[in-house]
Amino acid sequence: MILHTLIDYEILRLIWWVLLGVLLIGFAATDGFDMGVGALLPFVARNDVERRVAINTVGPVWEGNQVWFILGGGAIFAAWPPLYAVSFSGFYLAMFVVLAALILRPVSFKYRSKRDSARWRNNWDWALFVGGFVPALIFGVAVGNVLQGVPFRLDEDLRSFYEGSFFGLLNPFALLCGLLSVSMLVMHGGGWLALKADGMVAERARRLGSLAALLTVVLYALAGLLLWSFIDGYRITSTIVTDGPSNPLAKQVAHDPGAWFANFAVWPWLWIAPGLGLAGAALAGLALRTRSEGLPIIASGLSIFGVISSVGVAMFPFILPSSIDPRSSLTVWDSSSSHLTLFIMLVVTVIFLPIVLAYTAWVYRVLWGKVTESDVRQEAGHLY
Amino acid sequence: MELDIVSLSRLQFAMTALYHFLFVPLTLGLSIILAIMETVYVMTDRPIWKEMTKFWGTLFGINFVLGVATGITMEFQFGMNWSYYSHYVGDIFGAPLAIEGLMAFFLEATFVGLFFFGWDRMSKRGHLAATWAVAAGSNLSALWILIANGWMQNPVGSVFNPATMRMEVASFYEVLFNPVAQAKFVHTVSAGYVTAAIFVLGVSSWYVLKGRHTALAKRSMAVAASFGLLSSLSVVVLGDESGYLTTEHQRMKLASIEGMWETEPAPASFTLLGFPNQEARETHHIIQIPWALGLIATRSLDTPIPGIRELVQRAQARVRNGIVAYDALQQIRAARGTENVPASVREAFEANGNNLGYAFLLLRHTDDPRKATDAQIEAAAWDLVPPVAPLFWSFRVMVGLGFYFIALLGTFFLLSAWQRLDRYRFLLWMAVFSIPLPWIAAEAGWIVAEVGRQPWIIEGMLPTAVAVSSLGITEVLLTLCGFIVIYSVLFVIEMTLMVRAIRKGPPPEADLVGPAPLANVAPMRGILPAE
Repeated sequence: MILHTLIDYEILRLIWWVLLGVLLIGFAATDGFDMGVGALLPFVARNDVERRVAINTVGPVWEGNQVWFILGGGAIFAAWPPLYAVSFSGFYLAMFVVLAALILRPVSFKYRSKRDSARWRNNWDWALFVGGFVPALIFGVAVGNVLQGVPFRLDEDLRSFYEGSFFGLLNPFALLCGLLSVSMLVMHGGGWLALKADGMVAERARRLGSLAALLTVVLYALAGLLLWSFIDGYRITSTIVTDGPSNPLAKQVAHDPGAWFANFAVWPWLWIAPGLGLAGAALAGLALRTRSEGLPIIASGLSIFGVISSVGVAMFPFILPSSIDPRSSLTVWDSSSSHLTLFIMLVVTVIFLPIVLAYTAWVYRVLWGKVTESDVRQEAGHLY
Repeated sequence: MELDIVSLSRLQFAMTALYHFLFVPLTLGLSIILAIMETVYVMTDRPIWKEMTKFWGTLFGINFVLGVATGITMEFQFGMNWSYYSHYVGDIFGAPLAIEGLMAFFLEATFVGLFFFGWDRMSKRGHLAATWAVAAGSNLSALWILIANGWMQNPVGSVFNPATMRMEVASFYEVLFNPVAQAKFVHTVSAGYVTAAIFVLGVSSWYVLKGRHTALAKRSMAVAASFGLLSSLSVVVLGDESGYLTTEHQRMKLASIEGMWETEPAPASFTLLGFPNQEARETHHIIQIPWALGLIATRSLDTPIPGIRELVQRAQARVRNGIVAYDALQQIRAARGTENVPASVREAFEANGNNLGYAFLLLRHTDDPRKATDAQIEAAAWDLVPPVAPLFWSFRVMVGLGFYFIALLGTFFLLSAWQRLDRYRFLLWMAVFSIPLPWIAAEAGWIVAEVGRQPWIIEGMLPTAVAVSSLGITEVLLTLCGFIVIYSVLFVIEMTLMVRAIRKGPPPEADLVGPAPLANVAPMRGILPAE
């Protein structure tokens, strides 16, 4: 097939790097509020009816939202196979904990209200809390570790060896990123509940959500400062070949202070990303305080967009730096699928992603409106 | 089985996949049965069909959610436990997985919310469209995952690239229209339809036996029997198609399923029963049907089917070719690129590259395949024989059950046509007790397909033993135990809720069988939501 050479390999790699970001942001912006609601559940809802209000705001949509996570896995596999191979086997136990928490979540939604037992429902509510809080924490911890470099190396066969431990992941900077991730998604979940719930649930969600927004601003700024002062970035020192075969071992890499800020110096407009991360969170906090309905979720969405893309552009072209063998680091230019696969997957995405977005928007429109306590009391049969 | 990384990783994959596949077949079939029932409701406007859709929908939901939950594990497990596999074939294997998410999972998961929550928020036709979208999404996901699996069984349309040390797509068209994938898809979804049909039939039979909800139950049985009969015929016909394909691509699998160690003169006979013995390399106490295998597998009277010994003999030549390819590859890598080696090395790699995987088989016996002895080559060739007895028996269980399902569903189809569904109580009890059987058949089918592919993870290309992650035994044991605990607890909870929901049955008003309501003139709003 000659068609795929219409788009340069280099351009395709760039597009797929952007799409990787789109997927992560799509996941955090949709499934993020489900996780936020889960993490907020014990604190915004005191009795069964209130809990059901909170749960049913995400009841019809969490399944679709979760597909962003699954698709993220599939797309990384298809477009960045080395990233898929190295990261999930490296973060093995952490991934297991994420999976275990995420397995609990669908089941909790579905089974919670099937029985009229307080103990039964309480247990599932805690499972929902775990299913929201734990993945949010671990995703942040993972990003914190990626920024510092991950202890893996590739041998000549490109087989990866991970030489860190599970507890090594839990270093101070990574835990800070974990807390940032939790507060960011709790802010987002608060914004969702402010829009979709009513009564005391929405009231408490506004209060806790604005608190989380404040925390997001503080933790994000702090993480940025620490990254600037204490954490060395990575830099390619050999000639950069952007359209060569995907073999990470062909390059040389240096571990340099300030390297994660080099891109911002070259392209100052990139500061928009961290600016959006801070401003979005601040706006979300204010909007939650002023009892605005729709603004908080939009502002927290912008904040998520800013925070995630700031990490992406800071590291570019690195995707997964290696701390013990920098040469093995995975970058945009040496960790992708083949030219043909990237092209085919782009065609598929260009066709299907708009369709997915269109029917998802339609479904949200059908389900428009608040979930109230009287809904929960009347329509026991339909709701969770 | 010794306690090494490969065995533990295989055990974990088998366990999580077999467990995931407890929920998938019912989802595949029941989603279509729901859509059929709701279509009848929209066409006739009889409320009982809506109640049927809702009642079976409740059971669907209890099952569906565990399919979703356990599917999460599947999407990430390749990277976690099969890291070298992921690197080696991600360029090809990742694509169908990503497309599955984009094309199928979104459709299924977005609309399943509307199926449960949208009854009062949409027009009738709008809701029907959502139900069909769920069915389409579920079945499309089966298509894409079987395109991925079909490629593992028959890796077409790809080449090995020495520069990236992995296989890469040469023709996506061939991967997509891989005949193995197509046959597997129809075989697997049909098996799912049969599972759901027998589930609906069995549960309904229990209601008829207890004299409860008989109107709903009999209508459900009519749908299940006709839908199930068609599907069960398709399973066997397409299963035969898979058998035919096996001879093309996986002769070793076929010979092992048959416990056929020696090549027989054509047309070979089909072994009905026997006791394969892997150590002695023969099958004892054989009962055979003359000619049958030759006819099914080659569709001819004069094509011989090679036995295991002959295939092992032939494989030795491929191992030797593989060593040539392996040697050429090492030279290419030492010279850092295909363009830096003499033409003879390049040609040696191109001529023998498709046997490279056979050299990897030697890694179990020697560190450097280039120095392999004749004895090691012979041992590597014998490694190609999968565990014969499990294949032999799984296959016979699967096929035996397949024919039983045709008989059962055919009987109920006739009873339904003659309106005598409640006449023969022992048949109703038989249907009740048949409920678990499709699951046994489906799991046996998975064993035939996947154990039959061993020692390969990618047939002829990459041995399973080479494909694992570099993990510690403790880590894998930990997650294996973790999954066993979580999955066992969830299984008990799921079964309890399922049984409770079945015992409770549909709400009482569902038994009303009135004529269509007079308000049958509601404006049709297409798939737009009700104002």
